[in-house]
Amino acid sequence: MVSIPQLNLHTMRKLLIVSVAMFGFGFALVPFYKKICEVTGVNRLFKPDDIANTQIESARTVTIEFDSNLRSALPWTFKPLQTNVQIHPGELTTIIYEIRNNSDRAITGQAIPSYGPQLAQQYFKKIDCFCFTQQTLQPGESRRMPVVFVIESGLPAEVNTITLSYSFFEVEGAARKAG
Amino acid sequence: MAHADTHAADHHDHDHKPSGIGRWLFATNHKDIGTMYMVFALIMFFVGGAMALLIRLELFKPGMQFFDPGFYNSLVTSHALVMIFGGVMPAFVGLANWMIPLQIGAPDMALPRMNNYSFWILPFAFTLLISSFFTAGGGPAGGWTLYPPLSLQAGDSFPLTIFAIHMMGASSIMGAINVIVTIMNMRAPGMTLLKLPLFCWTWLITAYLLIAVMPVLAGAVTMLLTDHYFGTSFFNPAGGGDPVMYQHIFWFFGHPEVYIMILPAFGIVSQVIPAFARKPLFGYASMVYATSSIAILSFIVWAHHMFTTGMPAAGQLFFMFATMLIAVPTGVKVFNWIATMWKGSMTFETPMLFACGFLFVFSMGGFTGLVCAITPIDIQIQDTYYVVAHFHYVLVAGSLFAIFSGTYFWLPKWTGHMYSETLGKAHFWLSLVFFNVTFFPMHFLGLAGMPRRIPDYALQFADFNMIASIGALGFGLSQLLFVAAIIKCARGGEKAPAKPWEGADTLEWTLPSPAPYHSFETPPVIK
Repeated sequence: MVSIPQLNLHTMRKLLIVSVAMFGFGFALVPFYKKICEVTGVNRLFKPDDIANTQIESARTVTIEFDSNLRSALPWTFKPLQTNVQIHPGELTTIIYEIRNNSDRAITGQAIPSYGPQLAQQYFKKIDCFCFTQQTLQPGESRRMPVVFVIESGLPAEVNTITLSYSFFEVEGAARKAG
Repeated sequence: MAHADTHAADHHDHDHKPSGIGRWLFATNHKDIGTMYMVFALIMFFVGGAMALLIRLELFKPGMQFFDPGFYNSLVTSHALVMIFGGVMPAFVGLANWMIPLQIGAPDMALPRMNNYSFWILPFAFTLLISSFFTAGGGPAGGWTLYPPLSLQAGDSFPLTIFAIHMMGASSIMGAINVIVTIMNMRAPGMTLLKLPLFCWTWLITAYLLIAVMPVLAGAVTMLLTDHYFGTSFFNPAGGGDPVMYQHIFWFFGHPEVYIMILPAFGIVSQVIPAFARKPLFGYASMVYATSSIAILSFIVWAHHMFTTGMPAAGQLFFMFATMLIAVPTGVKVFNWIATMWKGSMTFETPMLFACGFLFVFSMGGFTGLVCAITPIDIQIQDTYYVVAHFHYVLVAGSLFAIFSGTYFWLPKWTGHMYSETLGKAHFWLSLVFFNVTFFPMHFLGLAGMPRRIPDYALQFADFNMIASIGALGFGLSQLLFVAAIIKCARGGEKAPAKPWEGADTLEWTLPSPAPYHSFETPPVIK
């Protein structure tokens, strides 16, 4: 027969293990959510989209505008070579962005796309994009990078202009200055 | 607590208390620790209340009057952190410390030393949090939910806030472990789980929730910390992270947390209403099952805080229906409380008034919660004053009124004196009226589109904001009556009998008032 204080310590130990396990569970949620996003296709930022071979709707024209932004005071120049194109839904289009590293150190960046209106995102299919991988630029290096995309023909009729905007973030977290 | 116990009661012959400051610093007595928790919560309640009044001061008129927006945002953030982790939660832990051993017939909490640690961490945690106001960049200003990337842009207050949250979390977890161990192992012989008073039941379930979710919060804020200082990318899109994921992890903690703050309140009300209706609680077993199902459901509704993050429609539907499902067990509880009152011989002393006030105003907060659960409406009112009104109705009029009710209910047992019924009643009526004056107009403001966490607003919101600010001042001042009632009661007054409430039937009322320093050293016999 165990005494009450012994029993208490025993129960306490079990509960402490549970709380430590729950601390780990918090971290385990990270890969868990990533997997869920992958399986359900909610958040496919870094993968080419699958596209079905669709008709080109030549009767309809959509304007695609291109935008570029730099975050965390990234010492780069980043711009699209053309500011906009007029295309038909279903048509395969390639445009070029250019980046240049103006600093005297090698920097790795990652571009994140966003769309305006947000609704257009699900119809904007990228087959190739520099945003699928991190880009490392040596000092003074410049690079031209393509985006290959198709606008799916399901795009609602009221959307006639889509803005594709990229923001480049610096990946090297350690080099980031506080504040 | 200053008076020596004069009852030379049977086997409590040496009712020896340690003297001096050491009694409190090295306290292991559950009553002393409970008292410290309650006093700490009261102080924090006034600190957080002062912040709330400063917020209402700025919002009294449109335009920027007193503070810069950064300081205003620090006030909003710290008000929430102080009230949640410093006010409501320690108050409940204090009540648990005082009452659970008395209600289950145990001599003390199971782990007295840990009990001492879990209290004494708190003052340090809040010193850290408040001191962050004096760092470069001011206090934490990204909202109490600490969403990245905004929270990562804070200045030096950021690590202080994170460490304060770690410490509060550690304190809560230790407190929760203590409650579980006490209730599981230390019940008097014959007290089966289904004979536990409801306050113990709700606290037992709350403690399990705490153990399950506080570590997840600790993990989430640790990830923020490493994102900020050690170059990890949990929530940083550049390195493959996702800020929305923080919201998922945070609300996995955050939603159970709101039940952590309300379940003990349900417990208090379930003790107070039968005592003053002079009838046993209606549907005891269904109360236990309802509490458990609320606790379980609380784990599958978190994303209703995130309807505007671009969730797939299937997800929105699931979280909408799961959230509405919680109204069912909550409805069972409200039904049981009213059925307990039904045909009871009710009297309305202060604890009962607060319990009735709780029932009335908490239910209103529950209904606005249902409104917020409806996805299309929530997308409209997300981050507006409607939400502010909703959660203050359930937190202030829910948790806080229940804490008031429990305090008046058990004050005679703690101090050995009856509190002043006049002060108590004045406190109740002023609180109820001013509470509604403060928060009811916020429903209209929210529906009309006034955003929360913004120090300025459009002119058409001016009148309702002025009313709310006047109400807030009145509510704040009314709380001084509460302090007056407590101090008056602690210093003296009419001698309290062992059982001042006719209908109360739990074990604590079999002890003399004030409860002797060492109680139930021989377990009571449960019939």
